[in-house]
Amino acid sequence: MDLENKCCCGGENKEKAQIDEILSKYVGKKGALIPVLQEIQALYNYLPKDILEYVAEKMNIPISQIYGLVTFYSQFHLNPRGRNIIRVCQGTACHVRGGKVILQAIEKQLGIKAGHTTEDLRFTLETIACVGACGLAPVMQINEDTHGRLTTEKLSAILDRYK
Amino acid sequence: MDMVTLTINGQTVKAKKTSTVLEAARAAGIYIPTLCYHPELSHEGACRLCVVEASGARTLVASCVYPVAEGMIVETNTPKVREARKLVVELLLANHPKDCLSCQKSMDCELQTIAAELGVRKIRFAGGEMKAHTIDAGNPSLVRDQEKCILCGRCIRACSEIQGMDVYSFAGRGFHTIVSTAFEQGLEKVACTYCGQCASVCPTAAIVEKDDTDKAWAALADKTKHVVVQTAPSVRVALGEELGIPVGEIVTGKMVAALRRLGFDKVFDTNFSADLTIMEEGHEFIDRLTNGGVLPMITSCSPGWVNMIELKYPELLPHLSTAKSPQQMFGAVAKTYYAERAGIDAKDIVSVSIMPCTAKKAEAVRPEMNSSGYQDVDIVLTTRELGRMIREFGLDFASLPEEDFDSPLGKSTGASVIFGTTGGVMEAALRTVADVVTGQNLQQIEYKAVRGMETVREATLKIGDSEVKVAVVHTLKAAKAMMERVKKGETEYKFIEVMACPGGCIGGGGQPVPVDADVRRARRDALFTCDEACSLRKSHENPEIIELYSTWLGKPLGEKAHHLLHTKYNQQKRN
Repeated sequence: MDLENKCCCGGENKEKAQIDEILSKYVGKKGALIPVLQEIQALYNYLPKDILEYVAEKMNIPISQIYGLVTFYSQFHLNPRGRNIIRVCQGTACHVRGGKVILQAIEKQLGIKAGHTTEDLRFTLETIACVGACGLAPVMQINEDTHGRLTTEKLSAILDRYK
Repeated sequence: MDMVTLTINGQTVKAKKTSTVLEAARAAGIYIPTLCYHPELSHEGACRLCVVEASGARTLVASCVYPVAEGMIVETNTPKVREARKLVVELLLANHPKDCLSCQKSMDCELQTIAAELGVRKIRFAGGEMKAHTIDAGNPSLVRDQEKCILCGRCIRACSEIQGMDVYSFAGRGFHTIVSTAFEQGLEKVACTYCGQCASVCPTAAIVEKDDTDKAWAALADKTKHVVVQTAPSVRVALGEELGIPVGEIVTGKMVAALRRLGFDKVFDTNFSADLTIMEEGHEFIDRLTNGGVLPMITSCSPGWVNMIELKYPELLPHLSTAKSPQQMFGAVAKTYYAERAGIDAKDIVSVSIMPCTAKKAEAVRPEMNSSGYQDVDIVLTTRELGRMIREFGLDFASLPEEDFDSPLGKSTGASVIFGTTGGVMEAALRTVADVVTGQNLQQIEYKAVRGMETVREATLKIGDSEVKVAVVHTLKAAKAMMERVKKGETEYKFIEVMACPGGCIGGGGQPVPVDADVRRARRDALFTCDEACSLRKSHENPEIIELYSTWLGKPLGEKAHHLLHTKYNQQKRN
């Protein structure tokens, strides 16, 4: 919605053009909302509110329903994501090997709770149910890297590697 | 029609091939409890309360969505079924506040009723995690309490399927699922019209009208205040339902008596100002017809509808009649004309209205609704709230005498009482417009062509020498479709009546629950009975209206009328 009203001198029109380009690929296609949102999220790293309102208007889908869909799937995010995504395993094996202690230690170190992002957008902290590396428990993933046999002492050095 | 024969509880039942087991059972007089099911909404099959045993099915099936089949054998009341239903209710109650005794919906709550019916005596799952959500009360009309929500989804479906507004959706997942607006914003931040249809279908107190009875009690107790009340046309044919009187009974006289006993200083009638609305709106229509004004003219007395057009079709606002709604005309006249005549300072008057409507609460606090110099209407109570006040006061409603409204804002005609049903404002306007245009006292009073319950009706009427095409629309979904046609210039209508709620005010969001098509029809028929019983059936024949114009107001659309009785509309930007 707001996109329509933004002035033509800044970068916003380019923004609108990008969204329009995504939408144009799906005109008249059923079930297009999820792929549209995936493409938009790939562009922004999250789904900004005003962009969703613009999509609702253009695709003629109630904004309430789009919000319902976005909050249903864990792949979609309504807040900016950090540059580095930490996923601390809370699966059974990691649980018995102290996964919770690892999570609490990271929460303390970053000053955020699981599900949140640091203010400087450096880290987003999440939990995951099992990464399939139970032999390395307790485990966490940062971006594509897997770190196993964690202790609270090792955490600072690992986090320091991600800027 | 293709029929099938099935057996329900040993009873042979014939049903339409397309019907569900629930529909077949209910038609045969066999009761099956339900929660998420609503006869006027799509079927969700979410709550599992209506489970039954059906031959050929491995498990219990939800009868509200399970289709009948030839030779099917259904059992609705086996121990297995009853256990399953109890389990469903226990699980709902385990995650539901236990403040039933002090809850606004106490005795009107479907969950409470069903728990009692099923004999749920203990909740095996009590003590677990419960949902906790903030209360949404940032608007004047409705209060949403997520803790009391059982996720039946009836509000979502009503808002979408009946009203076409799609304010709500399920959001989140699993235990954290909630009924939510977009981005969990308050209703005042999204495109909500405050029509209250969500509250009307909500089985619990998750969505209720904002209770303003405390304000009314305080005003009644304040000896320095002169408290006047007006009652909307459709309240007199629905209030009885709140007080143990059968659906469709006319309780006008008892309602007036009850209001006097509650302590209102003057009991006036919104019907009076409905006649006044017809005077202004009728003359406005004639003016637009003869002087090239914007057509079609569209009625503006339904505040849910006014909110909708301001939200969704601001470019069509010039089509709205500038005449205020009867509630607001009454408010403006009560604190000016009546105050002067009674010798009371307007600042000492508290103006209360009894409305079938939750959106009226929001209409009364619109900043422009202060043409008397004060807020024209101070307190708006729904039919349900008045019912609660009468119960709280301990009045034996059924045995009250029939009393008359007070003067000078209490007399009305048959034209005004039918404002409460879809098509009524149109018919009332036509009765006056036809007389004014022809300069005669026409014998034709009833315009049956505009009556009915279809969501869109049209008629071509002869007024004087010319033919006028008109349309009547109710429900916001139908209104939206009509506005698309008006926008594209596809219609030849000169006059359109729009009511936000199904059936008009008789189906308003503030009316007694439960309500369905049969209840609305009974209320509608009662309004027509009121109309037929009136000796005067045209608004311009109302002696108090004639006196108001001749002694004080001047003529319709005159300067004083313009100031007090007409308004402006503005685009609302919310989504």
